[in-house]
Parts: sequence; structure tokens; C-alpha cells
Amino acid sequence: MLGPFDLALVWSSLPELASGLVVTLQLTLLAILGGIVLSVPLGVLRAAPSKWVSGPIWAYTYFFRGTPMLIQLFLIYYGLAQFKAVRGSGLWFILREGYWCCLIAFTLNTAAYTIEIIAGALRNVPLADIEAARAMGMSPFAILRRIKFPIALRILFPAYTNEVVFILQSTSLASLVTVMDLTGVARVIIARTFSPYELFITIGLVYLALTYLTLWGFRRVEAHLYRHLRGRPVAVVEGPALR
Amino acid sequence: MPSFLDLKGYGHLLIDGAMITLSVGVAAMAVALSLGIMGALARLSSHAALRGLGTTYATVIRGIPELVLMLLVYYGGTVLLQWLLSLGGGDVRVDLNAFLAGTLVLGFVYGAYATEIFRGAFLSIPKGQVEAAHAYGMTNGQVFFRIKLPQAWRLAIPGLGNLWLTLLKATSITSVIGLTELARQADLIKAPTKMPFTVFFAASLLYLAMTAISDLVRIRAERWASSGFRRS
Repeated sequence: MLGPFDLALVWSSLPELASGLVVTLQLTLLAILGGIVLSVPLGVLRAAPSKWVSGPIWAYTYFFRGTPMLIQLFLIYYGLAQFKAVRGSGLWFILREGYWCCLIAFTLNTAAYTIEIIAGALRNVPLADIEAARAMGMSPFAILRRIKFPIALRILFPAYTNEVVFILQSTSLASLVTVMDLTGVARVIIARTFSPYELFITIGLVYLALTYLTLWGFRRVEAHLYRHLRGRPVAVVEGPALR
Repeated sequence: MPSFLDLKGYGHLLIDGAMITLSVGVAAMAVALSLGIMGALARLSSHAALRGLGTTYATVIRGIPELVLMLLVYYGGTVLLQWLLSLGGGDVRVDLNAFLAGTLVLGFVYGAYATEIFRGAFLSIPKGQVEAAHAYGMTNGQVFFRIKLPQAWRLAIPGLGNLWLTLLKATSITSVIGLTELARQADLIKAPTKMPFTVFFAASLLYLAMTAISDLVRIRAERWASSGFRRS
């Protein structure tokens, strides 16, 4: 049952694992893009001084940051079927698919964290820069676009890099709702061959490589974007941190 | 109990699950803190081999999803134990204890993050204090327990608060190895109640209650830890 590490099995599993890798990368990329689309406007509103504006957004981010992603995924995948209106709706063919439920859950989850990252960065834009822009006669929208966004982007870059890596690793949860991502494919092969070591170690190494490639890529971009600054970021790759 | 938590009489199972979630969380946190201090000391050690070991641990573990590590240890461990026991002859069936496996894997994973938190804390203790302690004739052990560790705790508190919150939510992963904690209990009663949304929503509120209370404690702990120190 347990022999030496079966490299031949790893080799013959590579085509299947490659298809799983594509799904993993797809889920990551789409969740990240969806997260950006949601979190940029909501992040701006979250940083608004009025409690009536920022309050409801806070409630959303508080719920999604305070509960496990697994529960959020199950809430969508298993939970929505409870409602007749959902089952009868034209969207049911989407909402019963594990893949789409994952995309919705991952997007809502990363958006919640990204909203707080963006709002935090916007609050930390130096007041003097904003006042100077106002004195120049810029409109509030021009100030947002020309002053606040560029400075906030620089502030949030390291935290956002971390967020991307977190979502990348979290996509492995998709395997729990029948999605054939990297982890899902590995589990299917293991059920067939009963060789957990070979497959889990192999995909572990793939995730490891993806994690550090992502960190390295983002550091390079950061170092390039802010190369004109004193005390600019250097392209040293530290490991992932907590969210 | 609020009536919507009754869930056709199954609601109390969620409460039972939440207790196991807390237990596995606290146990894993203890493992993570111990491994974190050891990992940080290894990373800061003057022995190259220890440094390599600590750095490899922190680097590799943080790069792999906890779900994959959980499955690797649980199923891999089962295969390994079965093989070891079958050496003595006969076909043996092994069932790893899910609580123990879950605790060890979560402790091992979050120990890697704790390593980085403690490393940062140890690094920000002024060198002069350590030199002064040595000048007084303290041994390495005394310097560690009297000077370094008490301050490292204080400096590590913001990071450790975040670690606990993340770890608490990550305990839901232990449901995949059959531990009947909160997420698993919700998964089990979604069919008999025929109310999957209500069940998972109730479970999410229980998680939210745990993280919200933890968060309040974290804020107080941070205030306590920073009292007497100027914010720079």
C-alpha cells in the first residue's frame, strides 16, 4: 500500500492536474477582478464621513470578514436552494453550479476585505495633499482621481498583494463543492489510486510555486511603479502574511 | 435560545458544534504559539542549520493552502500508520482522531505565521537592553526569560490577535476530516431540517458572535499592551 514515492503516478497525472490548474487560476483571476469592480466604488463610499453611507457597507464587510469563507460558500451553494423563487428563476442553472457559487462566494469575500483595504488607504492620504489640490481649484472628483487614488494605491499595494495570495490559496475550497480545481482533481485521482502522498505533495508544491510567483510579480510591479520615490520598495519577496 | 436557532429541534447541535470549534481553536492556538516562539528563535539563531530549518518551515507552510495540508496529514497519516501497523502482519484499519489531527495541522500552519510575528517582535527589542543584561552577568536563558520574552509578548499582541481571528475561522476546515465542529454540524443538519439557508445562516451568526467577542478582547488587549508606550 505504501511504497516509495510513486513518481510515475505523478507523471501520468500531470495532464489532469494541468486542467485543474487552469480552473484554479481562472477562479482566482475572476474573483480578483470581480472583487476590484465591487470594492473600488464601495471602498470610496466606506471612507465617506457620513455614517449613513459607510454604515451599511461596514455591515457587509463585518459579516464577510467575521465568518469563515467555507460557510459563505455553503450558504450560497446549499442555502439558496431553500427558496422556491431562486429554484424557479432563470438564474437557477447558474446558481446550482459549484463553479458559479464559488465565484460569487470568493468575489463577495475578497471584496469585503478589499473594501476595508481601500477605505483604510484613502483615510491615510495626507490631508495637506488634498488641501493643496483643493486650493488649485480641483473638483472633488478630480481630487479623487488625480490625488487620492494614486496615493492610496501606493499605500494599499502590499496589503492587496497579500489579499491576492490569500484568494489564490482559498480557491482550494472549491473542491468541496464538486469543482475540478487543482485540489478537486487531486482528490479524484486519490480516490482512484489511494495515494494521498504523491498527489497532495505535488499540488502543495504547485500552490507553493504559485504563491511565491505571485508575491514576486507584485513586488516587481510595485518596485517599478514607485521607482521614482525615495525609500522606494525593493523587490524582496517576503512570505504571505495574515489578512 | 432565539426561536430561529431552534431549527426544528436540531439547533442545539449547532451550539455543541460551536463548543468544539472553540476547543479546537484554543488547542491549535496553543500549538501555534509554542511553534511560533520556537520558530522565531530558530530563525534568529546563530546556528545556520537551525536558521535554515526555521526559515524553511515558515516559508513553505505559508505557501500551501491549509485545506491541502489538512488532507495530506489526515489521509497521508492514515496510510502511513496503516502501513506501519501492517508490518506486524495482518490488515489493520486505522482511524485518526479528527480532533487531534485538526489541532495539530492548524497549530502547525498558524505556527508558521506566529513564527513571523514573534520574529518581528524579537527583532524590535533594542539591542542595548540585551547587551546591558549580559553586562550584568545574566545567562542566555535569563536574558531570554527576563528581557526578551516579556517584551516580545507585548509587541506581538496585535499580530497574535489577528492570528486568533484567522485561526478561529479556519477551524471550519476541520469539517472535511469529519470533526463535528460548527461547520460540520450545519452540514449534517441541513438535510433533515430541509432549511439549508437558515441552518448555515444560523451557523454564520454563531461564528460572527465568536469573532465579534474575540475582536473586542483584541482591541482591549492592544490598548493594554500599548499603554505606557508612545505611538510612533
